[in-house]
Amino acid sequence: MSAVSTGVSAVSMAGALNRALADALAADPSVLVFGEDVGALGGVFRVTDGLASRFGEQRVFDTPLAESGIVGTAIGMAMNGLRPVVEMQFDAFAYPAFEQITSHLAKLRNRTRGRVSLPVVIRVPYGGGIGGVEHHCDSSEAYYTHTPGLRVVTPGTPDDAYRLLRDSIDSPDPVIFLEPKRRYWAKGELSVDSVDSVDSVDSRDSIGFDRALVRRAGRDVTLIAYGPMVATALETAEAAVEEGWDVEVVDLRSLSPFDDETVCASVRRTGRAVVVHEASGFGGYGAEVVARVTERCFHHLHAPVLRVTGFDIPYPPPKLEEHHLPSVDRILDAIARLQWDDEVVGSYGA
Amino acid sequence: MARTRVPERTLLPSDEPLSLLRKDGSPVDDSPLAMPDDDVLVELHRRMVVGRRFDTQATALTRQGRLAVYPSSRGQEACEVGSVLALRPDDWLFPTYRDCVALVTRGVDPAETLTLLQGGWHLGYDPYEHRVGPQCTPLATNTLHAVGFAHAARLKGEDTAALVLLGDGATSEGDTHEALNFAGVWKAPVVFLVQNNGYAISVPMSKQNAAPSLAHKGIGYGVPSVLVDGNDVAAVYAVVREAVLSGGPTLIEALTYRIEAHTNADDATRYRTSDEVAAWLDRDPVDRLEAYLVSRGLLDNARRAAVAAEAEEFAASVRAKMNADVVPSPDDLFEHVYASTPRHLREQAAALREELA
Repeated sequence: MSAVSTGVSAVSMAGALNRALADALAADPSVLVFGEDVGALGGVFRVTDGLASRFGEQRVFDTPLAESGIVGTAIGMAMNGLRPVVEMQFDAFAYPAFEQITSHLAKLRNRTRGRVSLPVVIRVPYGGGIGGVEHHCDSSEAYYTHTPGLRVVTPGTPDDAYRLLRDSIDSPDPVIFLEPKRRYWAKGELSVDSVDSVDSVDSRDSIGFDRALVRRAGRDVTLIAYGPMVATALETAEAAVEEGWDVEVVDLRSLSPFDDETVCASVRRTGRAVVVHEASGFGGYGAEVVARVTERCFHHLHAPVLRVTGFDIPYPPPKLEEHHLPSVDRILDAIARLQWDDEVVGSYGA
Repeated sequence: MARTRVPERTLLPSDEPLSLLRKDGSPVDDSPLAMPDDDVLVELHRRMVVGRRFDTQATALTRQGRLAVYPSSRGQEACEVGSVLALRPDDWLFPTYRDCVALVTRGVDPAETLTLLQGGWHLGYDPYEHRVGPQCTPLATNTLHAVGFAHAARLKGEDTAALVLLGDGATSEGDTHEALNFAGVWKAPVVFLVQNNGYAISVPMSKQNAAPSLAHKGIGYGVPSVLVDGNDVAAVYAVVREAVLSGGPTLIEALTYRIEAHTNADDATRYRTSDEVAAWLDRDPVDRLEAYLVSRGLLDNARRAAVAAEAEEFAASVRAKMNADVVPSPDDLFEHVYASTPRHLREQAAALREELA
């Protein structure tokens, strides 16, 4: 995974993230990578594979097993001019760091009126779909997006994983970088030349750090997805062709700040929208998206904006998770309920 | 990375707190600590007197409604002043909300020190100006910032130590233990100074801790630990100085006492007796040093009067600064949430401006 290749090539998301870390470490001596098992092992998902041997244990190192300690010391290091990129091993294992993230990482710039800048990236493998046991499959994005001062981003493709991680490491703001672990091994094209990219921000700046992206253009309905659900939404769009629906897929990429412009432009074109995420629906991130879209696009809407989300339950055990996770069929069902014949949506429940 | 096994006994604190001056100001004969130089002692005295006057002035400002709240450190001046003066110019201080005296001793403007408590903003000073981290209100979170900061200095090849202040209650927080462990593993140049003033607001040590002392908690993390008389400024200065120069981590427990209540909003009579307070007034850190300085001929009435006058002048300047009405701009609400203000915050700022127009 640490092999250098150039030009357009097929790479897994884990490989793309690995390359982004390597390129960032090579480009900027103040970048550090640390966390649990990120050194010799290369991370439990191998995202940091080969980095410790290439860059040395002063820059890529294992820490004691303590998440608040990892984030708290990262804050101190950033105050002293370094750019830490730290790994939380799994979504639910980041919770011990919650106080450091919400009370300090997110607020120190504001508390100090901009005098203290904390360019810290917290990488969090998140979401389900890998048969993980309890506490290994949470979708924790809403905890972070509800905290002003944090940027929250999540890639849906290997190419975007590279771009977003490089952008996150370059960002002067703290970034929660949510990695859809079920997509780690899915391959895609990486259009960034890893030699050129060492110090060329321009080569990957064609999208914009906090912009959403239309992944597939369509006329009839907008599917709004992010992270692990981007691939599911694209699959749904293909299946919808048979039903006669031309589906547009918007990949949010940056959950906070939110790109109202791209999302609303799409919904105004199509007049219908479904928001999809793995996390529970109640008080979830999708509720914010639905509210924003409704407030801004009301007169363009032919139907209420619907959500397809996980149930409002603790994440289920592996043998039941398929029932919990949004599926192509469930998303198609939601699309079918978008008042194509001026039906009353209330009869379908929520 | 090979590690040398350190014999456990070198990590243990002494059975009795280390000291240089007895309660009456007479020197301890067989102290393992080195008495600070005369000019240092004289400066420690001056800063304690000024610091105490600042503290009483700040408490008075709460009664005039100029401060929303003030947590006094009266009685703890030996810790506040002794530890800060033991720092070198490039070292950093990571204080808590009770350490305003430490801040002004470090040179932070008193009005900027009190910004948090005055309510104009969450922090008034630039941390980089005097190398003072933001005052920490959640307990013990600053311990990890100090460890990270000090480790970063080591990685950058800089000889910088971090002094983190915490109280007895904060030693029960998980972050304290994670910080001691990280500092031990990294051998980070961090001094943890626990000001054990007997109470976490109202909860006494007996309900906080079962170890022989708080200093003992360093042993489990491989961090050398020291127990010191926290009302003996000469001893506090000596142990912090030694810890700073050691280049590695040290846990220091300083036994002291908070003479005032937790804050002006607290009623200390509900959880402690006046006899207990009186006993600690008898161990006053300023009186103790004054007695020693007089015995050594380092403090006469003229110098005492000059220091008192300086303290009054300082208090007057604090009053003058704090009596000025500061009206923060509502626009400040939206600044510095991010490095550049995102669109949704610009829209909210505009909406508020319109509402106020």
